[in-house]
Amino acid sequence: MKVAIITFPGSNCDYDLYKCVQLVGGNPEFLWHRDSSLGKVDAVMLPGGFSYGDYLRAGAIAAMSPIMAAVKEFADHGGPVLGICNGFQVLCEANLLPGALLPNTSLLFASKEVTLSVENNSTIFTDLYESDRSLRMPIAHAEGNYYADEETLERLEEDGRVMFRYLGPQGKPTNESNPNGSANHIAGIINTKGNVMGMMPHPERAVETILGSVDGLDLFKSLLNHISASKRV
Amino acid sequence: MSSPQSRPGDPQITPELVSEHGLSPSEYQKIQGILEREPSYTELGVFSAMWSEHCGYKNSKRMLKLLPTKAPWVIQGPGENAGVIDIGDDLALVFKIESHNHPSAVEPYQGAATGVGGILRDIFTMGARPIAVLDSLRFGDLNSGRVRYLFSGVVQGVGDYGNCVGIPNIGGEVYFDKGYEGNPIVNAMCLGLMKKDSLIKGEAEGVGNLLVAVGTATGRDGIHGATFASEELNEDSQSSRPQVQVGDPFTEKLLLEASLELIHSGYITGIQDMGAAGITSSAAEMGGRSGNGVEINIDWVPVREPNMTPYEILLSESQERMLVVVKTGHLKEVQAILNKWELEADEIGCVTNDGLFRVTEENKTVAAIPCLALTEGCPTYEREGKESPEIKSLRSKDLSHLKIKSSGYENIFLDLLGSANIGSKRWLYNQYDTTVRTNTVIAPGEADAGVIRLRESNKAIAATTDCNGRYVYLNPRMGAKAAVAEAARNLVCVGALPMAVTNNLNFGNPLKSEIYYQFREAVLGMSEACKLFETPVTGGNVSFYNETSSTPIYPTPVIGMVGIIDDIKHLTRPFFQESGDEILLLGNNTDELGGSEYLYVSEDLVAGEPPIVDLLAERQLQHSVLSMISKGLLQSAHDLSEGGLACALAESAFGNETNPFGVDVVLQDRLEPIPLFFGEAQGRIIVSCKKHSGNQVLQTAKNHGVPCRLIGEVVPASSGFRIAGRTVSVELDIETMSDRFFNAIPDLMNQKNDP
Repeated sequence: MKVAIITFPGSNCDYDLYKCVQLVGGNPEFLWHRDSSLGKVDAVMLPGGFSYGDYLRAGAIAAMSPIMAAVKEFADHGGPVLGICNGFQVLCEANLLPGALLPNTSLLFASKEVTLSVENNSTIFTDLYESDRSLRMPIAHAEGNYYADEETLERLEEDGRVMFRYLGPQGKPTNESNPNGSANHIAGIINTKGNVMGMMPHPERAVETILGSVDGLDLFKSLLNHISASKRV
Repeated sequence: MSSPQSRPGDPQITPELVSEHGLSPSEYQKIQGILEREPSYTELGVFSAMWSEHCGYKNSKRMLKLLPTKAPWVIQGPGENAGVIDIGDDLALVFKIESHNHPSAVEPYQGAATGVGGILRDIFTMGARPIAVLDSLRFGDLNSGRVRYLFSGVVQGVGDYGNCVGIPNIGGEVYFDKGYEGNPIVNAMCLGLMKKDSLIKGEAEGVGNLLVAVGTATGRDGIHGATFASEELNEDSQSSRPQVQVGDPFTEKLLLEASLELIHSGYITGIQDMGAAGITSSAAEMGGRSGNGVEINIDWVPVREPNMTPYEILLSESQERMLVVVKTGHLKEVQAILNKWELEADEIGCVTNDGLFRVTEENKTVAAIPCLALTEGCPTYEREGKESPEIKSLRSKDLSHLKIKSSGYENIFLDLLGSANIGSKRWLYNQYDTTVRTNTVIAPGEADAGVIRLRESNKAIAATTDCNGRYVYLNPRMGAKAAVAEAARNLVCVGALPMAVTNNLNFGNPLKSEIYYQFREAVLGMSEACKLFETPVTGGNVSFYNETSSTPIYPTPVIGMVGIIDDIKHLTRPFFQESGDEILLLGNNTDELGGSEYLYVSEDLVAGEPPIVDLLAERQLQHSVLSMISKGLLQSAHDLSEGGLACALAESAFGNETNPFGVDVVLQDRLEPIPLFFGEAQGRIIVSCKKHSGNQVLQTAKNHGVPCRLIGEVVPASSGFRIAGRTVSVELDIETMSDRFFNAIPDLMNQKNDP
């Protein structure tokens, strides 16, 4: 699996993602925001960080960088695209995913471990997860409060495109356990075609026992399996 | 020496102007002697910054020489941007701590943010990639609205900057005490990692090589920041806001990546942050270290604002700027690397061979001063120190007749758990990215020290910061020893061997004899402890003049200590693991109560003799625990500090909120219950081990000559918490305790009143 990891100026989880892709047996490659072509890759990942300092809205400037035209084209042709944290914000700003990420309701940066439900385990990113599995992984963001209009939210829910939700200690989503105030406790969503996913939590930080959780591993393995399978066909 | 010209508009140099520049008449005479003429106005500004306390260490240098700085594993001691130690496997650890107290007192967010920015640059300009930050903070009482404003601003500033650059925060400490009301302390420590052969120094090597300014253009912000940091704060300090710099962590991240790429390219011979005193100090220090000279063409320096004078350009402290020495003929390659990272690089001068710090404007010399006069020529003083009689009498206060408040032991215990100093610091570190870079194995709040694993080997790096300012206030020498001992104990409790120290000496006005006394005594205590623990001091920072309207802070010599865990499988945490595990206490309980959190919370008192530190016993204790850990005997290890035995047991029981336990402990000591439960006797660690392995722990302790005894067992959380002495038993349920502990700071922060 050849994975392009896009580095924007200010990306700071690019290296973590690189190591993670290597760990699951993929073949990562850094691409620079000024590049205009992806080359021949099987998947694209947009890492976390503060692209261009996030001095406008988070992800807003990155969405207009030269490489994003190539990423859009890749996604239009059905190529898998994963955006994590700032990458999710970039995908929303680039209109590859609906909605927007507003500042956390606390107005404070939120860094902690969260528990997530897997809402849809029949996508290329999640099919190794059992449907009732709950996942522990870190979040670290100031703008993770997912927002979309009522109609979009309804469609997301009806189509099963909400991928992850923040859970409380009793295994149910609650306002207290929602770390950023996101609509419907959403932590991640996918596009209609099922090939572009964005999420605020960091699965790449939950891939080794020594880091406290391995719950992110199956996400990357799901994608790897899907790519290997589609290559065999 | 070619005489510089006076510029049109330069003010006349008068004794008042000299004094406004923080220079004494005798220092001015010394300047005249060095130059063999009157300085120009520009030169006066340059001397003022370089001979300020902040850059010149004039009141501290002589004492600092008493600190141990050498060991076989020390690659770089004090004098460079940061200290460096050898950690094996061809790797070197770079680390340093620095203060930003004054800026944070007037503009907490930017003051703290730029503090983090500065310390990161000190690390990556050595050629190392920053791998972790720690912050050591002190504030007044959170019941004051102003203190809450300062606290939340500083925490956001520390957080936003490190989060944006992508460096995990792995620990530190924060204390709240009225002693820091108007003058908070903001110290930031950074650790970096590199291959040993990547080390680069801040030296201007190679006559004819180019001086290149990298990063943001120079503006009028922060002019004379170094001098500002060398004065007391007063009511007018708010008007000093323009002297506080503004941080840009995005540019910092670009500078970080570009600098590391430049260092590896081989096109540069030296690199240094333009920190305090900006271009002046970076150029003069680089020239001074190499023995060469530097020439700066002021017209070439990129500026943000029109009509800036040489004086302003030389003394600006605009952030995110670096000075790089580029090998002749390689400017294009260097510019290409910087342009890739969207950064500007401009030639502003060159390395010369005349030993001078020379500045020209339109081909006219406006300053010409020997580099060494600026960097090494600053007069140093050893002052008279005398203990303040008030503190002496506070220290002699008899505490032996104290009675527990009528609310009883249970409520006092809960008040301690709910005090800002003992309660959970989650409110802070939930604003810090602690897991970015995916190497954090112990994050803040998870143990006595933070731990970063090394991908390159089985080793891990542990780091901590410590200092109980109350102890140092009451007895500076003993308090400083306690700071070093606690830092070492913290490292040992996670399984790390303490290796080296960086220190941040925060004190009041050294010209006052009672402050100089505190400073001298603290350095002596620190020196003694660092020698005995074989943890040399590889650098650090001195911050004097921490006073508001003449009231000094508690003397606070913060110790930043780093250690190595040889094999990551020996990583140990402070939390109990299993019901039925045996709990053992190493070290002795005593009747000491001086300087304790108990006295502060229950009696509103900071008094008494602080706990005595027996350095040899400490060292044996630490060796015994390391030996137990390497034998795989321990389930947990936790250092005893503020709040004593009762609070340490509570933290081990439910500090890990997802897996809480109860405790059943019985103590046979012939001590009054207050010091027994809440006294802060030094040299103690509580450990737990699997049922029936207590004997091996006891035997190991005995072999090291360390007092050790079984005091109880870990029980399910539902069985509650019981600590019993000979006369008093305290019993509480875990939920009540945990609630007070975890909500301590949120409850204080959520109050709206401002008495």
